Amino acid sequence: MLIRQKDDVRSSDITAEAVYLSRRDLIKAAGIGVTGAVISGSIGSRAIAAENGPVGKIMASVTKSPLSTAESPNTWTDITGYNNYYEFGTGKDDPSRFAVDFAPQPWRVKVSGECNKPGNYNYEDLVSLHALEERIYRLRCVEAWSMVIPWVGIPLASLVNRFEPNSNARYVSFKTLHAPSRMPGQRRRILDWPYVEGLTMAEAMHPLSIIAVGLYGRELPNQNGAPMRLVVPWKYGFKSIKAIAEISFTRKRPRSSWEQAAPSEYGFYANVNPQVDHPRWSQARERPIGAGLFAGKKPTLMFNGYAEQVASLYTGLDLRKNY
Amino acid sequence: MQIDTSLSNFYRLTKPLILLLGLLPLLILMLGAFNITDHGLGANPIEKLLHELGRWALKFLLLTLAITPLRRWTGWNWLIRYRRMLGLFAFFYAVIHFLTYAVLDQGLDIAAIAEDIVKRPYITLGMTGLSLLIPLALTSTRGMVRRLGRNWRKLHRLVYVVAIAGVWHFYWQVKLDTLEPLFYGLILAVLLLSRWRPRR
Repeated sequence: MLIRQKDDVRSSDITAEAVYLSRRDLIKAAGIGVTGAVISGSIGSRAIAAENGPVGKIMASVTKSPLSTAESPNTWTDITGYNNYYEFGTGKDDPSRFAVDFAPQPWRVKVSGECNKPGNYNYEDLVSLHALEERIYRLRCVEAWSMVIPWVGIPLASLVNRFEPNSNARYVSFKTLHAPSRMPGQRRRILDWPYVEGLTMAEAMHPLSIIAVGLYGRELPNQNGAPMRLVVPWKYGFKSIKAIAEISFTRKRPRSSWEQAAPSEYGFYANVNPQVDHPRWSQARERPIGAGLFAGKKPTLMFNGYAEQVASLYTGLDLRKNY
Repeated sequence: MQIDTSLSNFYRLTKPLILLLGLLPLLILMLGAFNITDHGLGANPIEKLLHELGRWALKFLLLTLAITPLRRWTGWNWLIRYRRMLGLFAFFYAVIHFLTYAVLDQGLDIAAIAEDIVKRPYITLGMTGLSLLIPLALTSTRGMVRRLGRNWRKLHRLVYVVAIAGVWHFYWQVKLDTLEPLFYGLILAVLLLSRWRPRR
């Protein structure tokens, strides 16, 4: 079963890349054959549309991680063109369109709360001290679709340790940047901006939790949460907060944005769990993105397939109540 | 007499045209599904198909319901000639919307579909709307209109229930951003209220 799914993903990957390459060649050929002024119209816009292969600065010295899955990643086009990132609009292709002008640098992160090293940190100071790792993770969206994504990032634990949380710190909470002028989706009050997410300290210190700063070996695209975002692969995607501008250590459990918006539908833990349905749809199966029209769904795995590594975090917890 | 012939010629010409126009959204989606257009249907083609077909079913339903108030406001009684076709298009898109869900999305897993219909209120509503459309489509022929007489009008008042169920189905399906279904709801409300006449 699993082997067949791998094949499905792989074959569609090859097709997508081949189509993408042949289109590029066509456009190049057209560009050579026809003079600039003539092609400014239709071919010009086609060139932009087809130019959606990997872009962005290539990151130096990224090491592979044993925590990566062996499954084939989704294409760049799928990962960067199909996003839930309401700060840039609620449509799946809104973030890729409206985050183009979001300039993530310079970036500062405010660290506060129960720790010995609060303060305002520059992005470079936070990230450059750590070795970058490629982590190929499964992503399971609460909307019952899934992808495989080759993130580049640093362990969240090593970042957290630098702020030296004290013994009162039981949770770590994150906030997305609040800047309606740069994030047009924040001009409508769909969620109570800024977006808030949180983890228990144990979850934050877990080796699978990372702060992602890159994708496919390149700097993280704006629509995927540049310049830095959380990735917790055993939880539904909405937990993995994007464009982090604040980190805070707290005694009290933070109330995450989706929990505030619809408490009966989205909980604090939001662990991927095929046995606990969303009130409006089943979570038992998921649609793998990129598998095509006739591929069907596949069963969702407990903790998104990371049960072996993370189940011990939740011993004694009623996951039906603490969804 | 001459006016009559030119008028019937007009309908003879415009009806196939509207038929083609009504099939256009499906054609465009099909081209996308087989990757003939530039971007195809995007990363999640099944979701795209489902949502677009559902939207078109609702759009045709609202168009159908707009005929009566439009006639009343403008006096363009000839509009009635197109109502049946618009209504049948609503049914047509609702059926392929359902087939996309049942075949492509659920892979004809009857148990999963049954569970959805029973457990998920928005799917219950959608199924209700579609089921109620079936008798309306079946009795849309000229012969059935004649045979049912006064009862035809009574039966076809079900379309109001269908429209409310359809828009509500859309509203309940949306995760958080309800702007678009509310817009459909607003149009439906206007169309329904325009029919309301205080009794004397």
